[in-house]
Amino acid sequence: MLHQTSMFFPKKVNLMLDDIPEVEYLHKGNTACAGCGAMLALRYILKASGPNTIIVNPACCSTVCQGTYPKTAYGVPVLNIAFAAAAAAADGMASARRNKGKNIIVFAGDGGTVDIGIQALSGAIERNANILYVCYDNEAYANTGMQKSGSTPYGAITTTTPTGRKDSKKDIDLIIMAHRPAYMASASAGYPKDLYDKVKKALSIEGTKFIHVLCPCPPGWRYSTEKTVELGKLAVKCGMWFLYEYENGRLTLNAPTKAALKRPAPLEDYVKPQGRFKGVDVERLRQEVNRSVERVKDLAMMDMVEKVKEAS
Amino acid sequence: MKKMATGNQAAALAVKESNVEVVAAYPITPQTEVVETIASFVETKKMDAAYIRVESEHSAMAACIGASSTGARAFTATSSHGLLYMHEMLHWAAGARLPIVMANMNRAVGPAWNIWAEHTDSLSQRDTGWMQFYASTVQEVYDTILMSYRLAEKVYLPAMVCLDGFILSHAIQPLDITPPGDFIPPIDLPHALDTKDPMSYGNLTGPGDYFKFRRAIHDAMKRADKECRSVEKEFSGRFGRNYGPVMEYRTGDADTVIVGMGTMAREAEVAVDLLRKEGMKAGSLRIRQFRPFPRLDLEGKKVIVLDRDCSFGAGGILAQEIRFHHDVPVYNVIAGLGGQDVRYETIADLARKAKPEGEFWLGVD
Repeated sequence: MLHQTSMFFPKKVNLMLDDIPEVEYLHKGNTACAGCGAMLALRYILKASGPNTIIVNPACCSTVCQGTYPKTAYGVPVLNIAFAAAAAAADGMASARRNKGKNIIVFAGDGGTVDIGIQALSGAIERNANILYVCYDNEAYANTGMQKSGSTPYGAITTTTPTGRKDSKKDIDLIIMAHRPAYMASASAGYPKDLYDKVKKALSIEGTKFIHVLCPCPPGWRYSTEKTVELGKLAVKCGMWFLYEYENGRLTLNAPTKAALKRPAPLEDYVKPQGRFKGVDVERLRQEVNRSVERVKDLAMMDMVEKVKEAS
Repeated sequence: MKKMATGNQAAALAVKESNVEVVAAYPITPQTEVVETIASFVETKKMDAAYIRVESEHSAMAACIGASSTGARAFTATSSHGLLYMHEMLHWAAGARLPIVMANMNRAVGPAWNIWAEHTDSLSQRDTGWMQFYASTVQEVYDTILMSYRLAEKVYLPAMVCLDGFILSHAIQPLDITPPGDFIPPIDLPHALDTKDPMSYGNLTGPGDYFKFRRAIHDAMKRADKECRSVEKEFSGRFGRNYGPVMEYRTGDADTVIVGMGTMAREAEVAVDLLRKEGMKAGSLRIRQFRPFPRLDLEGKKVIVLDRDCSFGAGGILAQEIRFHHDVPVYNVIAGLGGQDVRYETIADLARKAKPEGEFWLGVD
């Protein structure tokens, strides 16, 4: 049987599209929820980084998704570490001579990044630690049962905002940009090839890299599990999320976001399938979206101005 | 090579000689000279290590854990609030069985702000799974750090070397900078993270397994007591300086023993001389090794325990430890908190007036 198959698919032919390696480092049997956006993201991150990788994992969903001792679903070594400590632990690892050339990747949730871990992260970027920090953003403390985090968007119902969040999502990207990291990008689990390319690029750069990935969460956002990729795309298309890269002080919008800024999809398309937005004031949410769209446009415009200056 | 050095400089020199690969530290009085001296060693290429100027002590210990988890020798130094701020990571380092060595300059804890010597900072970390040693001379600081690396890398537990803030951290004494050579062999951590043999460390471990890891820490701490004796013996053979878990002073025929830790216990030795002149059969015990706690020879003796610390409502932490291990009456003197001056004359006076049992606060009672 195996022999016959290999006649049609010789061993080294890549069966994945777009040159993404077939090899899997995130194994079956991991204990993620069905339709988990974070595991979809991790799968492509590990395909991009390959086996010469160590993951540093603070308290978050990914702590649980590895599975229970003595098993692990992750095919690369993992250091699990306390909630606030991931960026510093990764810096310590990357600083040791013996780890030169290894990909040291933090895989942290939004709570561990924008809230409790922000101090260690700020310090690590300021020191230009040679790490890739990935924040998978499911917009709440999902692992503990969906409590509000700094990254929860306006209007979203969580167990600690049972009538919906009344204030705004923390813009961690602007905070990271202010640190002038070597590379920064935002991505979405709905665009795995884009994420794969960004991880590849990030790992080719020396210094601190930060990738912020929107990861839809079926139980937390209250939608049916088959819609993860769809919602990951819709978030970008309606302007709730952006795909961009930030390098050398410049923000470059990626194609899906450029298109969305020209002609955004209706916000309702994104909001409606999600139980967490039940009863949300859509107009107020639209204002939030418009405000962040303006900010991103301004940042992209600054880039245009710089380019024009350089050309003249 | 001999030179005059402070306790802080001795700590930095010991780190330099121990071939440490990663140092991560955050400044705090009275530890600053340690991290300044190491930074200077690294920047002038006298020491081939990565020096991470972290933004907090929590991150200092996290960075040491990150480095150590891949098998790199790591060091940090702190004091007081810095130690308390890294408390969570102290548990993590011991639980992950990482042989990190740290110097702690014992200092009081606020409020009120007070930068002077007290042992409550490190003693309140008693149950984190760290070995704890208390030095009382500059040479001992240096030697204990060397021995701590050797020991930590044998039993896979982290070690804390404590010295009294200012009284020892800033005291200048002669120091023999002995290169350890192969007394500290290259580190070989069996559980170092390895990309060729990928494992997850510290992942979810259920009620059916978790306790086994805790028991392993407990056993390692007990084993450390024996291993420490063999490390001290080898150290003595190579370098001629003798250490034990307890340094006994004129205890042979003593019917009264004064027990303490750190510099106050050295002061007690002078008090013993004074009391001996008066005809009292006094001796003293200086506890060097607080975790694992050693057996003491206290049977049939009047025991006076000096505590530069307090567990509020319970009394001195060292006294509690002694009461737990030994069925003897203890007269507990709480003295020297926040740098309160405790002279040998005072200790002698306390010994003269000591009751068989009870508690006495210097300057209050």
